[in-house]
Amino acid sequence: MSTLTDQLAVPEARRRSPGPWRTAAADLSRNRSAVAAALVLLVVVTVALLAPLYADHIAHTNPFQSHVSGTTVVDGRTVPVLTPSSTGLGLGVTPIGPTWDFGHYFLGADNQGRDVMARLLYGGRTSLFIGVTAALLCCVVGTAVGVVAGYAGGVVDSVISRVLDVIWAFPVYLLAICLSVVLLTDGLSLGPVTVEAGSLWLPVVIIAAIYVPYVARPMRGQVLVLRNKEFIQASIGSGAPALRVMRREVLPNVLPTAIVFLPLMTALAMLTESALSFLSVGVQPPDASWGTIIEDGLGLLYTRPTVTIAPGLLIALTTAALNVLGDGVRDALDPSARLRGGV
Amino acid sequence: MLYFALRRFLSALLVMFSISVLVFLIFFATPGVDPAARIAGRNADPATLAQVRHSFGLDRPLPVRYLLMMRHLLIDRDLESFVNRGSKVVPQIVQAMPVTLSLVIGAAVIWMTVGILMGTAAAALRGTAADPVIMLVGVVGVSLPAYWLGEVVNLLTQKRLHDSVFSWVPPPGYVELGQDPGQWALHLLFPWLTLALLYAGIYARLLRGEVVSALNEDYVRTARAKGLSERRILVRHALRCSLIPIVSLFGLDFGALVGGAALLTEVVFGLPGVGKLTFDALQNLDLPVIMGTVLYAAFFVVLANALVDILYARLDPRARHA
Repeated sequence: MSTLTDQLAVPEARRRSPGPWRTAAADLSRNRSAVAAALVLLVVVTVALLAPLYADHIAHTNPFQSHVSGTTVVDGRTVPVLTPSSTGLGLGVTPIGPTWDFGHYFLGADNQGRDVMARLLYGGRTSLFIGVTAALLCCVVGTAVGVVAGYAGGVVDSVISRVLDVIWAFPVYLLAICLSVVLLTDGLSLGPVTVEAGSLWLPVVIIAAIYVPYVARPMRGQVLVLRNKEFIQASIGSGAPALRVMRREVLPNVLPTAIVFLPLMTALAMLTESALSFLSVGVQPPDASWGTIIEDGLGLLYTRPTVTIAPGLLIALTTAALNVLGDGVRDALDPSARLRGGV
Repeated sequence: MLYFALRRFLSALLVMFSISVLVFLIFFATPGVDPAARIAGRNADPATLAQVRHSFGLDRPLPVRYLLMMRHLLIDRDLESFVNRGSKVVPQIVQAMPVTLSLVIGAAVIWMTVGILMGTAAAALRGTAADPVIMLVGVVGVSLPAYWLGEVVNLLTQKRLHDSVFSWVPPPGYVELGQDPGQWALHLLFPWLTLALLYAGIYARLLRGEVVSALNEDYVRTARAKGLSERRILVRHALRCSLIPIVSLFGLDFGALVGGAALLTEVVFGLPGVGKLTFDALQNLDLPVIMGTVLYAAFFVVLANALVDILYARLDPRARHA
């Protein structure tokens, strides 16, 4: 027998209501293109994570091993991995092309005789790592900066907003390139934080830093609106300290926006990483990323185009999937965006 | 309105100044970074280092160095490259500018035309099979690495299909407009198309969204009630209002591209524009040239931002008080 207070405590309808996050997840799982994109991403990540397995047990090589004078067997014939160039001045080499055999040089070799397939898989780990961590860092810092600026107002807001303006007005690639050029040779030491030159964290920090205004500005705008809402005023009025209001009242309300940004920022970070690596100011040798492999393939473009084409296709596929997933997440968390007529 | 424009330009100047200080600090005051060691090369002995420091003025205090550099860059316009001594920075940038402008203006014409046509068509055909197509084109545009697309275009036009379909494509390079307009356009055609492909889809997608939401507005219903044709409503009423956000986005993208976002396209297609100049200077750590090109870039981006804000305020008075 239930008492009256029991019945009053949790109304039936409330008990069944799945809550905003569950509703969004259900919405997302009904969005066919978003689910397809998530599957594509799952496959890309899994394959990249399995890179050591492929290198050790299938191709019996590693992404750094040069085979300058090595040979391999194709169709029963022994062929050299690198053939000295016979045209032009006789300088340079032509590496072996794709064998389409997973056991050895599936996608051919680069001009140091390294297995491109092995480098592609390891490069995927690097590119995904940089993309995801830079996006996470950027969203966390951007949200924090935006919330503080919007909530504090006054001088704090003015200072933060002007700094964001300057970064915003700085052409992003130029800023990233300037920072990379300076930091790549000497590393970064800011107080207790030291990042070694050539470390993967360097591109992560640089990419996260240049995109902070992309996240912080809309966050600040949202907080400015929230700040005048009754529930925030009530919380302030009841004497809650500022930090508590920001954490308990403001943050949960801007969190969906941060989550919408995450896949889109990951795509942007991956594209930026690949561009920086292509310009040789991103990931440093001997580490591979999809961008550095495209750069490796530059001199081989006309003879061995697979070295260039394969990593580019993977970047395009991954960023496209991230963008589609991002759109799906946005629609799920903010149904009004769809009603407003976005595709 | 005039007051707003003035205030906006003043803040733009302030941002430009901050950017110049920021670049200066990145290159000259990052802890553990010594520009003299870069210029003197590896393993330079202390005497050489001291001499380099003195001859490049690197032994003076930071603010003095900043002011000197700005004076040489902006007032005397005789700032010299650290690497190719004797070659001046400002004339180099002035010489490279028409190349970058040719590339960006041509590409902009293509992507705006294609974007507006595709976006309007997609809005008119909303709810049909055109929707997923436009979405796909938009996603592809934002997902392709620009330099990689350029490489693939080069591969197809210069090698793989060069003997058949693309035999008329000239080798990568640049011909001045004044020298031969036909060759100028021919050399820039594929760079234009490559750059335009990256933007056309996203503009079409954005415009479609704007037009579709405009078609739900009251003034469109009024126009329908007046008995206007569906086509007239679409073009004269819905499209006209929807173009405002497109134009402001265009201002920002255009400024960013002229300012350096076209760097990768220039490098891949061997176009000697400002982006290529920056790229070469970065490879050699030629700080005065980098300083010059970055300031030039910031000038365009900040100017575009300010113009867009002022245009917006002109069209929508509410924005003046934001």
